[in-house]
Amino acid sequence: MDNFSSPFVTVAKPYRDPTDLYKLKTRKTMAASHLASRMKRQRIVDSIFRKIAWFFTLIVLILLVAITLSLFLGSLPAFKAFGVNFFISTEWNPVKEKFGAFVPIIGTLTTSVIALCIAVPVSFGIALFLTELSPLWLRRPLGTAIELLAGIPSIIYGMWGLFVFAPFFAHAIQPRLQDTFGQLPGLGLLFDGPLMGIGVLTAGIILAIMVIPFIAAVMRDVFEVVPALLKESAYALGATTWEVIWKVVLPYTRIGVVGGVMLGLGRALGETMAVTFVIGNAHQWHASLFMPGNSIASALANEFTEADGELYTSSLIALGLILFLITLIVLALSKILLLQLKKHEGKAL
Amino acid sequence: MISIYTRRRMVNAINLTFSILAMLFGLFWLSWIVLTLFEMGAHALTLDLFLQMTPAPGEQGGLLNAIAGSLIMVVLAVLVGTPIGIMAGTYLAEFGQGGWLAAVTRFINDILLSAPSIVIGLFIYSVYVASVGHFSGWAGVLALALIVIPVVVRTTEDMLRLIPNSLREAAAALGAPQWKIVTLVTWRVSRAGILTGILLAIARISGETAPLLFTALNNQFWNTDMNRPMANLPVVIFQFAMSPYEHWQELAWAGALLITLSVLGLNVLARFILRR
Amino acid sequence: MTQQSTTAKITLQDLDFFYAQFHALKSISMRIPENKVTAFIGPSGCGKSTLLRTLNRMYQLYPGQEATGAIMMDGVNILDSGQDLNVLRAKVGMVFQKPTPFPMSIFDNVAFGVKLYEDLGRHALSERVEWALKKAALWEEVKDKLEQSGTSLSGGQQQRLCIARTIAVKPEVVLLDEPTSALDPISTARIEDLIFTLKEDYTIVIVTHNMQQAARVSDFTAYMYLGELIEYGDTDTLFTTPRQRATEDYITGKFG
Repeated sequence: MDNFSSPFVTVAKPYRDPTDLYKLKTRKTMAASHLASRMKRQRIVDSIFRKIAWFFTLIVLILLVAITLSLFLGSLPAFKAFGVNFFISTEWNPVKEKFGAFVPIIGTLTTSVIALCIAVPVSFGIALFLTELSPLWLRRPLGTAIELLAGIPSIIYGMWGLFVFAPFFAHAIQPRLQDTFGQLPGLGLLFDGPLMGIGVLTAGIILAIMVIPFIAAVMRDVFEVVPALLKESAYALGATTWEVIWKVVLPYTRIGVVGGVMLGLGRALGETMAVTFVIGNAHQWHASLFMPGNSIASALANEFTEADGELYTSSLIALGLILFLITLIVLALSKILLLQLKKHEGKAL
Repeated sequence: MISIYTRRRMVNAINLTFSILAMLFGLFWLSWIVLTLFEMGAHALTLDLFLQMTPAPGEQGGLLNAIAGSLIMVVLAVLVGTPIGIMAGTYLAEFGQGGWLAAVTRFINDILLSAPSIVIGLFIYSVYVASVGHFSGWAGVLALALIVIPVVVRTTEDMLRLIPNSLREAAAALGAPQWKIVTLVTWRVSRAGILTGILLAIARISGETAPLLFTALNNQFWNTDMNRPMANLPVVIFQFAMSPYEHWQELAWAGALLITLSVLGLNVLARFILRR
Repeated sequence: MTQQSTTAKITLQDLDFFYAQFHALKSISMRIPENKVTAFIGPSGCGKSTLLRTLNRMYQLYPGQEATGAIMMDGVNILDSGQDLNVLRAKVGMVFQKPTPFPMSIFDNVAFGVKLYEDLGRHALSERVEWALKKAALWEEVKDKLEQSGTSLSGGQQQRLCIARTIAVKPEVVLLDEPTSALDPISTARIEDLIFTLKEDYTIVIVTHNMQQAARVSDFTAYMYLGELIEYGDTDTLFTTPRQRATEDYITGKFG
């Protein structure tokens, strides 16, 4: 008759003393009402807690909107006054109130590209050394040292760059660069000019030294998660250490490696202090990397507090907005790249 | 004609040599920087540094007001930033599954994390300094707090995600309401990790100069009024190092050493806590 | 047979369960008797754990999971949206596959659930903790180190700590989700002994992938396959003379 899967044919209720049942019931209902009010209280606290968490999350969201909006509103006067010219003009003249962002934008991009060109291969070499070549007893101390160096405030790099590196660079390296690369047709333009020590190239090198620990630490971390079995099976086929790294470890970890490089790029683009000390802060555009230039961040650091006049301030805020957008684009690109890599990985496997 | 085998061996040797050279290259610059810092800084590291105010050009002095200002602002920024960061990180990990707010905020937090710190300073200048009309300690605190928040959000979420779901289920199976699961179980499990995140955030803001340039600015005198410009180590270092006065530059090196030591100390402490 | 004395503690009626689009439980109807041990067995993915997790609505932690039908317990349908989840979970305790000690002292672990529902004084609370630890056969091993962290215990001890934590709340039903799958044979034997003594006071439902275990500890066994309840009966009968061919194939090891 019934559709229950039942282990017992009849469901018999055991006998219970009626008074006993009554006692049980009153006790249970009293306990139940007490419990119910307690639970109600808990539910209220629960929803308050959840609302607070929700609210603080919303704050984070609002922050970004507020940052973008305030920078945009602040830069409107400059965009209105100069239009597209703002991006392509090399003129930066506070007296005549003519402002163009070309020099700092190019300076930011050039220094970052120089920094990555040096830092990526060096960091890769360091990570390779730390995971595959280093004697075991050296691995921990060297790895820790690299990570700690990543924490040194950037202003230290800037000071060192100005007081120690720039004189050394002007004295020992720049003449040699000029004598060698400087003689090449075309390329020679990049190494033209007086040997001052400071300039766009110096800023790029200081940035490189600053981001090496960042990128190296990330690369080492991702190299370390490669399963030993995977490497061993490549070694078992007779692969050399280099082949294992290049053909097994790097493909396996490329998502992490790209992430590390992008992290370094983000740092380099937005860095203020390491650049400000050594870039020379000049708003003239030169092809030569030896000449002083400017980056967005260092222009802001040097001029913002002294800027008078709405247009001057607005132009500087517009620079800030452009810098923000550049880092945003880099971040978005790296996310897209990572997604693409992940997709391809799915197909390949 | 070289055999394939020999060529492979050569490529291997060349590249591995490059790796060793890269390591030496990196270590060379970095140890040069650290050595310079200690040499120049230790020279000026005297007791006066902690007892006297920042001097006018040509006078003797220390960094007392800058040290105090930095401490005050960092502490307040952490007090403002960590509750927001922890709650938001908790929301992302515990409450926001599948919701639009968590997904959007996670992406936005990444943006904030990679935003140049000077842009943060610019933002606080536009919305706070410009509207009240003067630089102030509070503005510096806000700028630093904005840097603390995304760091703490990220570490809190990451740490909470490491916790196996079975632990949450076990607490829920006892009938614990969600706020108790979070405060009594998951926060406790990830205590060390979250604390590490906070320490790293402190280390980060201790050395930040850019966001303070247009917010706290600087102050040559002793000041505890948060509504006035406030001296702080990074900006003092910047100004003194860029100055033509030698004794200012010396003080800048001493300040730089001081900051580096405290940042390194915080990093070491963070590692220690995480390992335990 | 002595089955006449059994009362149904939980009655499932046409229970269906969905993980988003996936139909994980198909129209399950069964009665789970009071103060007995009922075991759910079946190959992995058959829905036995899912079924267990509907009994305390654990699935509600995750969006997109949904149960329809009725689960009657003491005259109310626990699937009703008006049901207080926390009160339900006070009545229906659960122990998991892996031990889940909370990051606090042994004492606080056991007191955790109690404090959620009752305001006991210090003394009464210690008495309750002692009672629960004794019931879980752990008291002798931990009575001198109640202030130590729960995570410092061995795996088997941790699992008994979790059982103590569950029964300290004084539930009526205890759900065990493969409670010994992460334990060594000796710890497993101790937990099985414990299950045997606990059924005097509690209705016990256990999910296990180990058929011998089901045969050893349970009074009734349900065999599930692909989200359906294939056969349900008292354990001896099910293991010796199964009615269904599928059940026979599974318990004799021809399949699964």
